[in-house]
Amino acid sequence: MSANGKPKFAMYWAASCGGCEIAVLNIHEKILDVDANFEIVFWPVAMDTKYKDVEAMPDGAITLTLFNGSIRNTENAEMAHLLRRKSQILVAFGSCACEGCIPGLANLSAPESLFEAVYDSISTENPEGIRPQATWDVPEGELHIPEYYPVLRTLDQIVPVDYYMPGCPPESHQIAAVVDLVIAALQGKAELPPRGSVIGAGSSTVCDECPRARNCKTIKRFERIQLVKHIDPNLCLLEQGIPCNGLATSSGCGALCPRAGAPCIGCYGPAQGVMEYGARLLTAYASVIDANTPEEIERILDTLPDPVGQFYRFSLAKSLLRASKAAWEEEERYAAAHHH
Amino acid sequence: MTGSFEPVIIGFTCNWCSYRAADLAGTAREKYPPNIRLIRLMCSGRLDPSFVLKALASGADGVLITGCHPGECHYLEQNYKALRRFLLLRRTLTQLGIEPGRVKLVWASAAEGHRLAQEITTMVEEVRALGPLNWAQAANGFGPEPVSAPAAAEGGAA
Repeated sequence: MSANGKPKFAMYWAASCGGCEIAVLNIHEKILDVDANFEIVFWPVAMDTKYKDVEAMPDGAITLTLFNGSIRNTENAEMAHLLRRKSQILVAFGSCACEGCIPGLANLSAPESLFEAVYDSISTENPEGIRPQATWDVPEGELHIPEYYPVLRTLDQIVPVDYYMPGCPPESHQIAAVVDLVIAALQGKAELPPRGSVIGAGSSTVCDECPRARNCKTIKRFERIQLVKHIDPNLCLLEQGIPCNGLATSSGCGALCPRAGAPCIGCYGPAQGVMEYGARLLTAYASVIDANTPEEIERILDTLPDPVGQFYRFSLAKSLLRASKAAWEEEERYAAAHHH
Repeated sequence: MTGSFEPVIIGFTCNWCSYRAADLAGTAREKYPPNIRLIRLMCSGRLDPSFVLKALASGADGVLITGCHPGECHYLEQNYKALRRFLLLRRTLTQLGIEPGRVKLVWASAAEGHRLAQEITTMVEEVRALGPLNWAQAANGFGPEPVSAPAAAEGGAA
């Protein structure tokens, strides 16, 4: 407890886009409840605090930390360890922290090809071929910048996590409900769910929240939505050949995308009971393909050009394989160079 | 290591055909390498792709999926589903850098003990040539070290 008696609150971003921060501010006047009930001690995007301020706190001093972003580099890992030590309740907040999200798709490639895409692409002016370096000599001395890990990790792959709050970003009404719950729990009026639980999500699938009609699905080809001339507004998108991930994705968003005519891309993560999100989707997609000969099946699969991107857009870093062979091989070299 | 490399292959067999084919291979004293560990399912259609992913992630060098010939499924058409899943899974694994030769689908009727033994032998040699996959080692042995939560965080209902 701080001098004013309020429990302490922190929010941090690791490898993320900032959308989670906006989603928190997007709870509107509920943010005043956060301020009324918590002392905000660390929130780099909203206030000026330093890492050393956190380091100076006693262990367990922060009651609640919302940690968004995945673990891309040494700084992210350092902050994850530090905030774990200082926090009583550490929440993996948003898809990046929970399952790697879009940054996790980088696990398909070894760093060199990623750097090539970023620093040597045709639209980049970099005549000296400069690449990020962990250390750099300047007249004033040696500079250190965070080092890039070959394999991106989720928060719980490096520190224990108390709760998971999915979504890219989490929906504001879900955040508001979780804020209410934590405040009620601190006042002794409610119980927190068991540690390790997913909070702020539904218990079913996006399909169950989707108003579109569902029938027996049989597909002769997968369609790219931007090339479909007429989309039936009342019929299941997958039945119309448009890849939609609602069947394996946790409810909680209110099926926002399919309601607006866009397929679910799976940002709310696996539905309850789904162990391997991508495998569940793969099974579902394979089941609706209307063909029984290898040649025709392959022809239909040609219309789904990026299976990993379709099935693991948000969850690759948390999947069973987690990264490509190339990325793991680079990780092995990195570990060998750093552990000796 | 590669000189004495013995690949570990997980084989999923169907209760009604390939499991009996393996049984027949045994009673007929057909020989096949001991590198394969067979797991019996009721049908190739029972094969969740996560079984294959889990096998590879846990250290297997290859996975052999077997089922009844097309048109002969005990459950009418589940082997067609297995075929579609397999073809889609193979594309997915290729994107992750896993060689197509590490995961195979073979049809084998209960009478094809000899053929199944041959297929197993061929696959073991193919995977041996590809070398170890070492996925479990890659995923578990490296990277930032996990730390434990502070005592305060461990007091809750777990």
